[in-house]
Amino acid sequence: MSNRQYSAPDASVATLAKRAFFLSEIRAFFARQGVMEVETPLLCSAAGTDPHLQPFSTTFIGPDAAQGRTLYLQTSPEYAMKRLLVAGSGPIYQICKAFRNEEAGRVHNPEFTMLEWYRPGFDHFQLMDELDELVQTLLAVSSAERMTYQQAFVSYLSVDPLVATQSDLANVASKLGFDDWVHDEDADTLMHLLFSHHVEPNIGQTRPCFIYDFPASQAALARISANDPRVCERFELYFKGLELANGFHELSNADEQLRRFEQDNHKRRQAGKPELPIDEYFIAALRRGLSDCSGVAVGVDRLFMLQENAQQIRDVLAFSYYSC
Amino acid sequence: MANFSTNEFKAGLKIMLDGEPCNILENEYVKPGKGQAFNRVKIRKLISGKVLEKTFRSGESVEGADVLDTELAYLYNDGEFYHFMNNETFEQIAADAKAVGENAKWLVENDVCTITLWNGNPIVVTPPNFVELEITETDPGLKGDTAGTGGKPATLTTGAVVRVPLFVQTGEVVKVDTRSGEYVSRAQK
Repeated sequence: MSNRQYSAPDASVATLAKRAFFLSEIRAFFARQGVMEVETPLLCSAAGTDPHLQPFSTTFIGPDAAQGRTLYLQTSPEYAMKRLLVAGSGPIYQICKAFRNEEAGRVHNPEFTMLEWYRPGFDHFQLMDELDELVQTLLAVSSAERMTYQQAFVSYLSVDPLVATQSDLANVASKLGFDDWVHDEDADTLMHLLFSHHVEPNIGQTRPCFIYDFPASQAALARISANDPRVCERFELYFKGLELANGFHELSNADEQLRRFEQDNHKRRQAGKPELPIDEYFIAALRRGLSDCSGVAVGVDRLFMLQENAQQIRDVLAFSYYSC
Repeated sequence: MANFSTNEFKAGLKIMLDGEPCNILENEYVKPGKGQAFNRVKIRKLISGKVLEKTFRSGESVEGADVLDTELAYLYNDGEFYHFMNNETFEQIAADAKAVGENAKWLVENDVCTITLWNGNPIVVTPPNFVELEITETDPGLKGDTAGTGGKPATLTTGAVVRVPLFVQTGEVVKVDTRSGEYVSRAQK
């Protein structure tokens, strides 16, 4: 016997019907563009190593795993999709669930719907064009503006993130009232803090805004720019205070990728977080050869929130973390 | 006092900040896709009443504040302290002028007020939302006036000054909203 009262879905059935149509429009867009839909595992032997993303893990017990085998719910389908690219899939997209532990709030749910796609032969500017077109199709908004990370920082904080030292950034943070942040944080964390508090609220208010050419220290899986080694070929899309997308001109060098994974684990150790296994299948695929491509991940729930003018992510989910 | 991690933050939680007990008004989890997660929190400092925004690193812990709200009846002011009593246990507590602050003008004998205690000491005195007080002085009103013409100032027994309609006279008891300091109606007799 349960004492729980009946609880209606977080999103109304009418909203869910609009959500279904929204998803069908995304699929129609990629059908027109000649991009193939794929599905890759949500349960994997390795998840993202990013020190700021915490995967859920579980244990498979069964054939070949009598003692149990640790599996992770993926934080992004990136590695598996790149393995398909290496196998010659051509342009592919996926709409799937991604899982991130420790994340719940107004615009976060520990599981959320991600749209991710890859374009062989595209650089990040061409992929920004295609994402811009998709967003215009879905939300009936005007074309996105574009600004480098450096321009955004200089405009709103009067400091150049590509030359500023940790103490320069600490001074800016201190003046803005983040006194207790300035001593023990590295330059990147100070940049995240300043960006999210003093740049994000100012950009992409009337139309979407791409920020690109992030500092090389924030490259993740993007390649370092050939023109300026201080920046990487990474972009993000912002609109009305929501971070909607994150894209890369993809790193294809296996050794460099492995080095970054190991560096992630080094940072995890320093922060007292568990190290994570490195996806050896992915590294082996990169050694086989990933041709020049760009890829982007888009938060579908957030994109749909904008269409619905929803204030919180749970308003567009059937059952959010708070009701499941 | 226990420590609270940012995962336990929610509106109403009392924490210590800069040596002062504070009440969390709003808590928002902020996670940029590429970095450290934050909790952006709106806080009211309970002693100074200052409202401010503060950003914590997610996962950080802060000291809780031993803050408790009690319902006590106002007794009297001895010139220095304001005395209150618990109507069930008859226990008495004295609050100083700093804790009472501007609200001194809304204290009516026997009215039940909310006294906020920090480590057992009163730091904030909140009067009921509505109090009834007698007018000691106001200009005679014009005949035939009804509500809505701007009114006139009236001084109440506690020294509080509120705007009342022109037809309300000295000696009458009026009901006032202590949150806005506005006249509500004449008191029911």
